[in-house]
Amino acid sequence: MYSFDYARAKNAKDAAKLLAKKEAKVVAGGMTLLPTMKQRLAKPSLLVDLAASKDLKGIKKAAKALTIGAMTTHAEVAHSSVVKGACAALAALAEGIGDPQVRNRGTIGGSIANNDPAADYPAACLALGATIVTTQRKIPADKFFKGMFETALKRNELVTAIQFPMAEKAAYIKFPNPASRYAIVGVFVAKFKDEVRVAVTGAGPGVFRVPAWEEALAKKWSADAIAAGAVKAADMNSDIHATAEYRAHLCAVMAKRAVAAAK
Amino acid sequence: MASVTITVNGQKRTADVEPRTLLVQLLRENHGLTGTHVGCDTSQCGACVIHVNGKSVKACTMLAVQADGASVTTIEGLADGATLHPMQEAFRDNHGLQCGFCTPGMVMSAVDLVQHNADPSEQEIRDWLEGNICRCTGYHNIVKSVKAGAAAMRKTKTKKK
Repeated sequence: MYSFDYARAKNAKDAAKLLAKKEAKVVAGGMTLLPTMKQRLAKPSLLVDLAASKDLKGIKKAAKALTIGAMTTHAEVAHSSVVKGACAALAALAEGIGDPQVRNRGTIGGSIANNDPAADYPAACLALGATIVTTQRKIPADKFFKGMFETALKRNELVTAIQFPMAEKAAYIKFPNPASRYAIVGVFVAKFKDEVRVAVTGAGPGVFRVPAWEEALAKKWSADAIAAGAVKAADMNSDIHATAEYRAHLCAVMAKRAVAAAK
Repeated sequence: MASVTITVNGQKRTADVEPRTLLVQLLRENHGLTGTHVGCDTSQCGACVIHVNGKSVKACTMLAVQADGASVTTIEGLADGATLHPMQEAFRDNHGLQCGFCTPGMVMSAVDLVQHNADPSEQEIRDWLEGNICRCTGYHNIVKSVKAGAAAMRKTKTKKK
């Protein structure tokens, strides 16, 4: 690891101020950033730790939305009775990330700000039509994720919370890489009163929606409504874990399973 | 340099370290607690699992400075003097180790599991040990050990009551 300075932010505002320093970087759980720094792929001059920023933690449920603070860990989301009651699919998704020790440190804000193309949370945010609350504004999930490791966040802008609207039914099913538990393909389906949203992670260069399946499922909420071919192999990733053709096939299979599992 | 104070196994200890020092390095190199192992150094293998404020974490993927002010338990802190922790005893009784390199992490991870699931099923144990790799592939006896260790921990708990 290259050497760096370290500071603990007292709150989100303090963190944004500290981030003004050139080449400063923010660390949430550090489950991606620290391994990246070890490989010398990242070289921050200052590491701003958010762990002490209490204003970034917590889970709250209101009538229309479930709000999760950016520094809430995967384990906290997975075990929260509030999350389980409001959106069981989200709690189950959190329980499937990495391993128990990663879930004890990794955070929802860190995951979506990093926007790993195989991460799980971006699929939930996109399918549930979440709103990403930052230190500067509110960004709809549809405009937040910009492709591989890229988001709409500005340099000194921090995710403070994520607001999830309540779905009538939802489920997330993934085909995990057996070693890392990252999604080779993960599909989140969400049925609302007036629309259906389907988001796919792991398969392409970034999380994406599948309008053809959304329309078909809005007409008929059934696994049979998922037609293979709506997701093209040409748009898929291809690597040692799965070919593009296999990923395209898995998208339809995971989508069908998600619809069947949704409650 | 940064001054890092942690309570390790009930004892307050301070060290001056570079911010890039990993928590596992602080424990092993500054505090001489070499029971916590470094296996892969990439947060895959779990040989470095310790408890920070009661929760299991991988000490190779946490900076020492991030632990400043925290309470840390390592494998050295489990036994009560010469009396092994029930989970350690169970690993011995069930031949839950071959070379023993992964054992500190396995035991610390297992103790955390039993903290919130007093009677885990075999499947729950296998799922929980997702982040702990045994290079000798001795998983069968490890799972047996955790099951026995959980039973023994339940017994000690009732006795204490």
